[in-house]
Amino acid sequence: MAQLFGNFSEEPISSEEYLILGFSPSSIPLKQRWRNNGLSADFLGDYLTTFFPATDTHSNTIDRSAEIKSAVGYIANELLENAMKFNDEASQYPISIQLQLHSDRIVFRVTNSIPSQLVEKFQAYIQNLINEDPQEMYIEQLERNAEDDSNSSSGLGLLTMINDYMALLGWKFDTVKTEPDVIAVTTMVQLTV
Amino acid sequence: MEIKTKDYHVNYDSETTTLLCKGSLRLSGMDEYAPIVQIFNQVADLEPSELKFNLKGLEFLNSSGINVLSKFVIKIRQKKHVSMIVQGSQQIPWQGKSLKNLKRLMPTLKLEWE
Repeated sequence: MAQLFGNFSEEPISSEEYLILGFSPSSIPLKQRWRNNGLSADFLGDYLTTFFPATDTHSNTIDRSAEIKSAVGYIANELLENAMKFNDEASQYPISIQLQLHSDRIVFRVTNSIPSQLVEKFQAYIQNLINEDPQEMYIEQLERNAEDDSNSSSGLGLLTMINDYMALLGWKFDTVKTEPDVIAVTTMVQLTV
Repeated sequence: MEIKTKDYHVNYDSETTTLLCKGSLRLSGMDEYAPIVQIFNQVADLEPSELKFNLKGLEFLNSSGINVLSKFVIKIRQKKHVSMIVQGSQQIPWQGKSLKNLKRLMPTLKLEWE
């Protein structure tokens, strides 16, 4: 039975314009495949600019096309970094990123497996994100990180998407295999364009 | 105090008291950012009275990088006699969205745009 959090929509692909990239985590180690996060994210951002052509090349202001390319590149990169970092290596379950283009928004869906012992902590974090003021959470996380050097993860990816890009986030947790249990989490991000 | 790779360049010029960060920074976590953090800490310890942080050429920064920059700003904030100017580019979209958060961490910080 799937558990949904935040703004998660189960609707099937209703957009005629979409991309799906899939990654097999076991084919090469994380350190080697790290560069592919950036390559994939930049490709996705660049790809979408076709649908938002540059308008005024003489303007001093950044045009819509460049803004979207940058936003997509940033969000896709963060989602892939999270997926790669928190993936359950033992599960052999693939990681995928899907982008859908709608007239008023771009929808990202990233799926990765997650070790079952991390689920509770992650869901508690999500509840905080939904209930607390994300601006306050962002500054608190930064101040906390400044005092405590021990964490290798900044805990800022999702917060920056909400605060800096006004993105809407949602999550789905599903048990996709049993014996042993494999739990997959899909993070959905909606970016208004 | 310099690191130069094919992706990014970090350098401190003590004559102009300018810390430069340019290129694309998307390292995987605090371990990978450690050499850059070391330079930032050394600069903070020098306590220049006016520190310029030139980010005009920083095309991409992941959230771990935002964390590193923010920690540096907090460190400078704690040095009571160092004033900081962050130089950003209006042509780089992420900067317009994210650099203002540095001012929330250190209200006396000046943000200059080119």
